[in-house]
Amino acid sequence: MRVVVERVSKLYADRAGHTLRALDGIDLVVDAEEFVAVLGPSGCGKSTLLNLIAGLLAPSEGAIWLDGELSPGRAATAMVFQEFALFPWRTVQANVEFGLEEMGVAAAERARRARYQLDMTGLAGFETKYPHELSGGMRQRVGIARALAVGPAVLLMDEPFSALDAQTRQLMQEELLAIWERTRKTIVYVTHNIHEAVYMADRVVVLSRRPGRVLAEVKVELPRPRAEAMIAEPAFVHAVERIWSLIRDQAAQALRE
Amino acid sequence: MRIAVVNRAAFLTRPEYRGLRVVAVLGLVIAWEALARTGRVPVLFLPSPLGVLAEGWEMLRSGELLGHLTASLQRLVLGFALGGAAGVVVGVAVGFFAAAEAVGTPLLAATFPIPKIALLPLLILWLGLGEPSKVAVIALGVFFPMAINTFTGVRQADPLLMRAAVAFGARRWSVIRKVILPSALPMIFAGLRLGAGTALLLLVAAEMIAVESGIGFLVLHAGNLMQTTKLMVGIVVLSLLGVLSHWGLGWLERLAIPWRASS
Ligand SMILES: Nc1ncnc2c1ncn2[C@@H]1O[C@H](COP(=O)(O)OP(=O)(O)O)[C@@H](O)[C@H]1O
Ligand SMILES: [Mg+2]
Repeated sequence: MRVVVERVSKLYADRAGHTLRALDGIDLVVDAEEFVAVLGPSGCGKSTLLNLIAGLLAPSEGAIWLDGELSPGRAATAMVFQEFALFPWRTVQANVEFGLEEMGVAAAERARRARYQLDMTGLAGFETKYPHELSGGMRQRVGIARALAVGPAVLLMDEPFSALDAQTRQLMQEELLAIWERTRKTIVYVTHNIHEAVYMADRVVVLSRRPGRVLAEVKVELPRPRAEAMIAEPAFVHAVERIWSLIRDQAAQALRE
Repeated sequence: MRIAVVNRAAFLTRPEYRGLRVVAVLGLVIAWEALARTGRVPVLFLPSPLGVLAEGWEMLRSGELLGHLTASLQRLVLGFALGGAAGVVVGVAVGFFAAAEAVGTPLLAATFPIPKIALLPLLILWLGLGEPSKVAVIALGVFFPMAINTFTGVRQADPLLMRAAVAFGARRWSVIRKVILPSALPMIFAGLRLGAGTALLLLVAAEMIAVESGIGFLVLHAGNLMQTTKLMVGIVVLSLLGVLSHWGLGWLERLAIPWRASS
């Protein structure tokens, strides 16, 4: 499934009634099975962009569509949230089944599909736990399992690992890459971490400070599957430097404000 | 120099003193019994605890107490269920639907401060002297704390979780059922506790008018006949009802909100 974002702008009204331009004329195409990272400083509209693609917000200008066949019993998009957004009153299993419930999948099939994703994400044995009984890394695994369970054509991830400690984040990144190698979903991965973006993605879309505009698209010329050792390769270092040079001025401006 | 490091925050910990709780209750009863036994206070003013217990037992055996209790419980349960259900429905509607909020908020704000007991004569005019007016006043008393607490609980529902539900395909009713109601459940239970207190109060008040049964009637009637021991039995039963409803609701809450019980 391809994601097409065409000249999309998003205006918010703030408390005082002033309009605030969060995104300005975003053009973006994410190809089927492509892993694209959207990178930008905080407040530049990354979450807004994902919410627009997920159909949780309406664009003020422009249009968004998804291109491709959608097999029955699968969702077009699914979202993994930065703050996990698990339902505290549902067990791990019931959280993972949520999307399937809404799709009208029968209980037995639901349990089977949820069980499969729980195995895939290393959550076997935690089915009956409640989210508050889990560590941050485990909670986000539930978030990922919940998203994968609906078999989405496009997986939207909003800084999914930024609330985790560095070691856990590293492990989760590798697990996500392994899942992506297996399932080859279209992934739009939002982050503010340059290394993470380059390490994970085929292409990094760099956004400017608010209002978010596409500053550049940087292709990452690293082979798949990715390995940790690649962070020393010239292609990795180049991509990181290129992106840093693009946003360094912006970051400096932000510091002065 | 050697400075011993001690736990300076020790006085902040609060030990539970379970024994002391029992001693406090027993102490009160024993002091009361002792006072009654000295004979200085006439039985008319202060019957002894043992006397009350014996009278209670006698009334239980004759079936008198059970009759009053059943009558009261019927009114209580019916009023509680009606008022509670209506309160939850109105609270969710006003909390979730903008139109319902526009209609409901001023109406609730205008009617909430009325002491519900003042409505009893009006309800009797409308519904007659029989059971409906008694049940109605209890239902009204439960309705307001339930509606207001449910409303608050609905408003406290996390927008992030609602968006997450929508992201996974939930429509309006799913969001209400699967996100908003569970979010509001702790507040709903707080409302039930408030409502239980109000309900007991209104029950007694309602049973003091034109009835021949119920604990409230028992208390009033015994008082009129200067049967203080009987009156005390009624009061003890009322206090037991209060304690039991408190425990029962706590138990129900732990059952209904398992994701909190273990934290
Ligand atoms: N619902 C909203 N109402 C008003 N302003 C908003 C709203 N959501 C986001 N914004 C503003 O839009 C900008 C972009 O927000 P967001 O998309 O969350 O950025 P990011 O995810 O990149 O940090 C921010 O300045 C934020 O304050
Ligand atoms: Mg964000």
